[in-house]
Amino acid sequence: MKARAWHKIWNIKTVNNLVRATSEGLYCEPGNFFIDPWKPVQTALITHAHSDHAHAGSAQYFCAEKCLPLLKHRIGHENKYHALKYGEKFKIGDTVISFHPAGHILGSSQVRIEYKGKVWVVSGDFKRGEDPSCDEFEVVHCDVFISEATFALPIYRWESGEVTAKKIFDWWQSDLERPSLLFCYALGKSQRVLAELKKFTDKKVYLHGAVENLTEIYRKNGIDLIDTAPVASMEKGYSFKGDLIIAPPSAHRSTWMKRFKDPQTAFASGWMQVRGVRRRKGYEKGFVLSDHADWIELNRTIEQTGAKTVYLTHGKTDVLERYLTEKGYEVRLFKTEYEDQEEASS
Amino acid sequence: MKAFTKLYDELDSTTSTNEKITALKKYFTNAPADDAMWAVLILTSRISKRVLTSRSLRESFLRITKYSNWLYEESYSQVGDTAETLSLLLQSLDLARHESIAPGETSDKSLSNWLEVDIPELAKIKDEDQRAEKLLSFWKELTPLEIFILNKLMTGGFRVGVSEKSVVRALSEVFNLETDQVSHRLTGATDPGAENFKRLISKEKLESLPSQPYPFCLAYAWSERTEKDWDSQRWCIEWKYDGIRSQIIRRAGAIWIWSRGEDDISVSFPDIAELFAALPDGTVLDGEIVIIKDDQIQSFQELQKRLGRKKVSALTLKNTPAAFIAYDCLETGHEDIRQISLRERKQILEKLMTPLLSKKIRLSPTLNAENPEQVEDLRALSREKQAEGVMIKDWSSSYPVGRKTGYWWKNKVDPLTLDAVLLYAQAGTGRRANLYTDYTFALWSENKELIPFAKAYSGLDQDEINQLDYWIRRHTKEKFGPVRSLEPFHVFEIGFEGIAASNRHKSGIAVRFPRILRWRKDKKFDEADHLTTAFKLLDGTP
Repeated sequence: MKARAWHKIWNIKTVNNLVRATSEGLYCEPGNFFIDPWKPVQTALITHAHSDHAHAGSAQYFCAEKCLPLLKHRIGHENKYHALKYGEKFKIGDTVISFHPAGHILGSSQVRIEYKGKVWVVSGDFKRGEDPSCDEFEVVHCDVFISEATFALPIYRWESGEVTAKKIFDWWQSDLERPSLLFCYALGKSQRVLAELKKFTDKKVYLHGAVENLTEIYRKNGIDLIDTAPVASMEKGYSFKGDLIIAPPSAHRSTWMKRFKDPQTAFASGWMQVRGVRRRKGYEKGFVLSDHADWIELNRTIEQTGAKTVYLTHGKTDVLERYLTEKGYEVRLFKTEYEDQEEASS
Repeated sequence: MKAFTKLYDELDSTTSTNEKITALKKYFTNAPADDAMWAVLILTSRISKRVLTSRSLRESFLRITKYSNWLYEESYSQVGDTAETLSLLLQSLDLARHESIAPGETSDKSLSNWLEVDIPELAKIKDEDQRAEKLLSFWKELTPLEIFILNKLMTGGFRVGVSEKSVVRALSEVFNLETDQVSHRLTGATDPGAENFKRLISKEKLESLPSQPYPFCLAYAWSERTEKDWDSQRWCIEWKYDGIRSQIIRRAGAIWIWSRGEDDISVSFPDIAELFAALPDGTVLDGEIVIIKDDQIQSFQELQKRLGRKKVSALTLKNTPAAFIAYDCLETGHEDIRQISLRERKQILEKLMTPLLSKKIRLSPTLNAENPEQVEDLRALSREKQAEGVMIKDWSSSYPVGRKTGYWWKNKVDPLTLDAVLLYAQAGTGRRANLYTDYTFALWSENKELIPFAKAYSGLDQDEINQLDYWIRRHTKEKFGPVRSLEPFHVFEIGFEGIAASNRHKSGIAVRFPRILRWRKDKKFDEADHLTTAFKLLDGTP
């Protein structure tokens, strides 16, 4: 969140809100639970398993059933978990909560909270585009919508994942004399690419260790992915010529990369929409592929929920705040510690 | 346009020189000659004509789409480039063609057609509404990437990530020519047209156009490695002047003056051109244009008053008397003599020049140094001699094409330096979009005010840039549009090549080539230099 927006942060003492921002995370007082807290608390509701939303150390966790295996992988199997089916209502304190698909990654959810006839929805991170690796976003009617704003600028507009995956496939096939290294986030993005690629080829794709375990979890949960093998499983001296390898951005320019001779490199992320960002990051090719809503999706979603009040948590909150305010919405900002998951552009 | 867009995309999405050359070869093999010539001119930055300003492009967009101004500005500040911002916003508004439509489904206008018909016609439209309508009709038939390229072509200064060397290599490989030949033909080429492309790739030995200069020989920075086996007989030492490197072409009864940037600057220096009328036809000289007043070489700032004007006024001619200091001869008696040694060329030069010598036409003197220490002494003396260092050239060398190692060296004086306080920052463009990388630095005045004196964009590495960007975002005092004023805190050592008095700047001084030398984390902002120190430097330099 930009520094200049801080003075607009909702003053929690003066208003009786169902959800408010505290130093531990978003807090719902009538239910006495937190949503995606960044510090250990008694009860944590988790929207999805990305590391800035799922923190270890809380006494008990609630999440969507499909999120559970990923959450366990991320923060440990020993915690006390309550997994709910999408749409299943559950009473916590004086509130009734339920999880609804957010379309961000496998198991990602919006949290619906009902209290005294009012409905609040916390979106977590979400997208609207089609994604064969997770459930499609569900519009949930509410009075107050708490939204992300990662890509809240009109320059961000996504093509379908299938169109972008075709571009990735063509890029890979355009040079079979070299290894093709595609960098993208290990959880969610990688598996989305693997699921989309299945439409174009049955060739094997090689995975960096960080991508591999998560991919197995997807597979075990019935997501249909292209065949893969760990890079580490190949004998020394195997050249990976003409192969596609998927790795997390942290592996870019690391010693791990030395294994590949003269590779062509690309990065798949929403940030790749802007040429200067791609050049700065030092990737040769950029594919615009995001698991967050673009500008049009953000605005359409807010409209569809029917909410008249919107809270914004992270991203380009100041732009969306001004835009929505001009359209007549009541807009507030929450200070959170969520990152612009696809890595900050600045 | 599609073929050129594809070429651009391929050049832009690889860092491998070989891949770039492959892409270029593919393009040149298939492109019609007129398109190919335009492509050559664009890729080698030979056309940078601005038909529309970025501002008027933006105004047209806002006018036709009724887009909100602030939302445009927010978008621009994220992208850092008008042409690109517009292409993305048009995509967002569904006013661009969808990329996934297969080629061939819509008609594709050729690059030549755009540059020779559509863009010039657009430029003629004076009525702003009509112009905006026309622009929109262009944009609607193009994909976002094509829109970006078209916008860049209209606003000028389109830079593509490919070197001239690569373009020359691709052309020579496709058309089976020597690279030096292509390189020579390309020198001074500024005009589009299929005929010109055919000239460029012709297998026959062609008479060069009378106006055509030779590719300039460029110098490498002198290094200690080359000092080891110093031989005073081998090296020719001369002052390195801070002027405009130029070729004087005396051919076909006319005179052309070409700058190193391959601009024909004859109109800027009619006083020089006139004097060379006495030179025998079929002569080409290499040298430096400077301004000399009272036998003193003036600062580069004075020289700039001559440039960029269609006609130089009598008053300017009088106030900025130009001179040419010759140091090489590339052609005599209509014969290319670049292959003979520098020693022989110098002899020819002297013979040709002797009858012409005057205050305004000079020969570059040869200096003496017995050992590398004496070269250093000369270098240290160069400011006094109104030079920016010394040139060291191999007496036995031919005149090479471009930058070839071993023949010409330059040994420049250390820059002048001042410690200044970072006062303003602005986001950069292109690769530095959305990063605060354009800095303004200030010095202390007598009444303890910080007065801006220089802007610098370079000199920090990526880590330092990121670190500073982070700090800037958190220590902004005020925002004025894209500019942030900052709390005075960080001190930087700023280096520059020259300093001159200026009444256009509040500080009263103008510096040449300012850049950051060091981040002085050891200095507090009140320890930065004072303007009075800068004024003292004025006396010691040209």
